[in-house]
Amino acid sequence: MKFTEEHEWLDTTEDAGVFSVGITKHAAEALGELVFLELPEVGTKVVKGDEVAVIESVKAASEILAPLDGEIVEVNEPLMDNLTLVNEDPTGAAWFFRIKLDNPSDMDDLLDEDAYKALIE
Amino acid sequence: MVPFAGYDMPVQYPMGVLKEHQHTRQSAGLFDVSHMGQVRLTPKSGDVRDAALALEALVPMSLLDLGLNRQRYAFFTSESGGILDDLMVANRGDHLFLVVNAACKDADFAHMQEHLSDSCHLEMIGDRALVALQGPQAETVLARLAPGAADMRFMDVATLALNGADCWLSRSGYTGEDGYEISVPADAAAALTRALLDAEEVAPIGLGARDSLRLEAGLCLYGHDIDTETTPVEANLVWAMQKARRAGGDRAGGFPGADVILDQLANGCDRKRVGIRPDGRAPMREGTPLFATEDATEAMGQITSGGFGPTVGHPVAMGYVQTAHSAPGSAIFAELRGKRLPATIVNLPFTPANFKR
Repeated sequence: MKFTEEHEWLDTTEDAGVFSVGITKHAAEALGELVFLELPEVGTKVVKGDEVAVIESVKAASEILAPLDGEIVEVNEPLMDNLTLVNEDPTGAAWFFRIKLDNPSDMDDLLDEDAYKALIE
Repeated sequence: MVPFAGYDMPVQYPMGVLKEHQHTRQSAGLFDVSHMGQVRLTPKSGDVRDAALALEALVPMSLLDLGLNRQRYAFFTSESGGILDDLMVANRGDHLFLVVNAACKDADFAHMQEHLSDSCHLEMIGDRALVALQGPQAETVLARLAPGAADMRFMDVATLALNGADCWLSRSGYTGEDGYEISVPADAAAALTRALLDAEEVAPIGLGARDSLRLEAGLCLYGHDIDTETTPVEANLVWAMQKARRAGGDRAGGFPGADVILDQLANGCDRKRVGIRPDGRAPMREGTPLFATEDATEAMGQITSGGFGPTVGHPVAMGYVQTAHSAPGSAIFAELRGKRLPATIVNLPFTPANFKR
């Protein structure tokens, strides 16, 4: 699992070059209880930094940015009806979307777990 | 903790906003609202009706007929017909007791000093805290400390001993639920708060749930839903203006901005505060522009309060729209993150009031 400075995580899937994306436990705790999630459409091509999803807590709305360049190949539709999962299992069942990276080697530029932990401490 | 009107206030306690909201609707929630201003208005003549008449010069309410130990919602109006603040006024027999908003309390006090000091003594009460106990179990909890609390009905006020302290109670609040606001001597406030929180029915509630509760109840937040730029007619608060102060009444007019406000009452106004139900699930928050159609180029209104309604389970909002689009059932559009999303004008409140009348 790799991390971004925007408190997102990416993890491998069964498909080579396709990664699940979600938000970290740290981000989920900071957001608090969630009330709304808007996911991108499958097939959307994104560039790193594009706003691809919106998540709202009782306090405020936050954008989820594309962590790297690629194409959205799957979204976690059931999550929209079970937002408590984001607080309960942020780095597992509560993935938001899966992205097929244009350049899987871009993963090397992301933070590993120790680097991310250092960032939030 | 967040800064609010010069005070550090908790947004939420460990329970979290959603559960605090639900707990208040289902059981009882305790709110620390000590930041609000408590003011005593005492007539120099000794006759409380003189204080009521004097205050009527600043608000479009009938206060002369406010019964002993009864409370009424009011607002100070400006010369241009806007709203300077909203407040509660209680008749305590030999004086009027006012509760005003924290952010406005110094300006309100100066405003009253300027206009009322000939006939009244004014006192900003600085040595009392204010807590609100709200929810269907509030009566049960409070009656354990003072059985007389159960005899009060909505908008009654009384002095009762709670936990050994001399407390001023009103059966009111700002959540849409039954409940009480309790003015307690500052040196007894912590002990009373602990005694109330010791009740298994009671949980502490922060600003986040206070906002979602009042929004579902359709109640205005000063500085957001009402301010100096909104008139009581535009704000749909005409229900709070008794007949005596309207055209043809015994004491018609005679308050700041009466010409503007009475003209709007007779002839209508261009915009109205309404309830807005987003058709989808995306919350529409303060500042969101509103449009008559999906492709209209000019906004015809704006959301002034909005968020998720935990009791109703969908997003809720209120705001101002052009009068032509203000009828319940009207379909409108809100622009959110560059997209036009449908919403519907609805009657307020979103949750029925649960007062003990």
